[in-house]
Amino acid sequence: MQPWIVIAIVVVVIVLFVVGIYNGLIGRRNRVDEALSQIEVQLKRRWDLIPNLVNAVKGYMGFEQKVLTDVTEARANAVSAGAQGVAAQAQAENMLTSTLRSLFAVVENYPDLKANQNVLELQEQLTTTENQISFSRQHYNATVLDYNTAIQTIPSVLIAGPLGFTKRDFFDAEPEAAQVPKVDLSLG
Amino acid sequence: MARESFFEQQAANRRQSWLLALAVLALLGVLGYTIGFGVSGESAGGLATTVGALGLGTVLSLGSYFAGDKLVLAASGAKPVSEADAPQLLNVVRELTIAANVPMPKVYLIDDTAPNAFATGRDPQHASVAITTGLLQKLDREELQGVIGHELSHVRNLDIRFALLVGVLVGSIALLSDFFLRFTFWGGGRRSGSRDREGGGGLQVLMFVVGLVLAIVAPIIARLVQLAVSRQREYLADASSVELTRNPYGLERALAKISSDKEVLEVANRATQHLYFTNPIKKFEARSSGLFSTHPPIVDRINRLRELTGEQPLAQGEIAALAGLD
Repeated sequence: MQPWIVIAIVVVVIVLFVVGIYNGLIGRRNRVDEALSQIEVQLKRRWDLIPNLVNAVKGYMGFEQKVLTDVTEARANAVSAGAQGVAAQAQAENMLTSTLRSLFAVVENYPDLKANQNVLELQEQLTTTENQISFSRQHYNATVLDYNTAIQTIPSVLIAGPLGFTKRDFFDAEPEAAQVPKVDLSLG
Repeated sequence: MARESFFEQQAANRRQSWLLALAVLALLGVLGYTIGFGVSGESAGGLATTVGALGLGTVLSLGSYFAGDKLVLAASGAKPVSEADAPQLLNVVRELTIAANVPMPKVYLIDDTAPNAFATGRDPQHASVAITTGLLQKLDREELQGVIGHELSHVRNLDIRFALLVGVLVGSIALLSDFFLRFTFWGGGRRSGSRDREGGGGLQVLMFVVGLVLAIVAPIIARLVQLAVSRQREYLADASSVELTRNPYGLERALAKISSDKEVLEVANRATQHLYFTNPIKKFEARSSGLFSTHPPIVDRINRLRELTGEQPLAQGEIAALAGLD
């Protein structure tokens, strides 16, 4: 056998190997992006629901205004944090989650509000959105773990750096948000 | 309990389940062979019946694979749910499909005051979840999450396909045995006697007797196998539900409430009882630790959940307190 045939075969094998790794990394990175966009859809839905909730409860006499301004501010921060990367966004969203939680805690003290159909519906919508966010976040973090592990381990680490695959951030849950929010929603 | 142990349990469960399905299939084949040999007196006859028996099993399996879910839903009087009927139910299902990473199943309501639920279908892409109106009324959101998590675990683990198939294989064994017993009763024995003179009758008589014994015993064994699988899967689905919701208390309270509920699910029967969240036929509950139950006793299911959270097990009498019905 001619030596150049051997060399050609070796080159072809190496090229196929690199292509295989590259395609695998692209697949993983796309799954991370897809998981992130799933979270973003739900975050956006939550941003849209909050003004409605604020409007629905602010008419009630003596309702703690501070709580409402906190929620509104946290929402504005979360919206603007969207452009600053996953870590910043996660932090802003966690802030928003905790202000919302205190808002619902206050609502518990107002029997009229608790019986208001509109408020109940918004509360249900927000609860389900929040649960969807937290489940999507678990899914996203799992895909990030998979992707980060792939680009840091041999053999793919050899081509990940040169081809511009960089580490992704986790969408971190604040410690207390790891649990399902305790909002009493016995609708009957 | 560590996270891995869920996956280990899942893998072990899958392996055992396929072994059990193969065992049921083998039983069907052996039953077919002995019956055929016993009646015809020759090996070819035995093979013909074996092929027939396995063919019957296959045809029925395919039928149930593609249409079994519709049959079960129709038999239970389940109606599709719209967003306007039960928004919270659909929200809870949607949340947990994200957690379980399965597509959104079709959701049905059964108009019955007894709280219960089941999942069916051939794979997660063709899955249906049905719950009773009683369940929707009596459980709060967290408890509903626990139950839906349990049902979606059945979907994700492919328990739903398995339940359909094993149900049918067990059914075809019963069918074949029944057929043979009736045939014997109507004079099959006479014919085998007349062939005794042609020689080789000893083996035939032996096969005939073995076939007879198998025809009586096989349906019982098959049923026990099915029930053992079913009980095992209920524990697994409970554990998986907690893995999805990250909240064992909702499911615990749901189990307690349902077991304290005295109503009987009217649409359930012997053919569909193994599909439900808890055994819908209450008279079985009393002896449900026995071999003939489709579900483990609820107090055991609750206590396994309490093991996950490291809490003290409950006695039977304390269940009502947990349900908040004291």
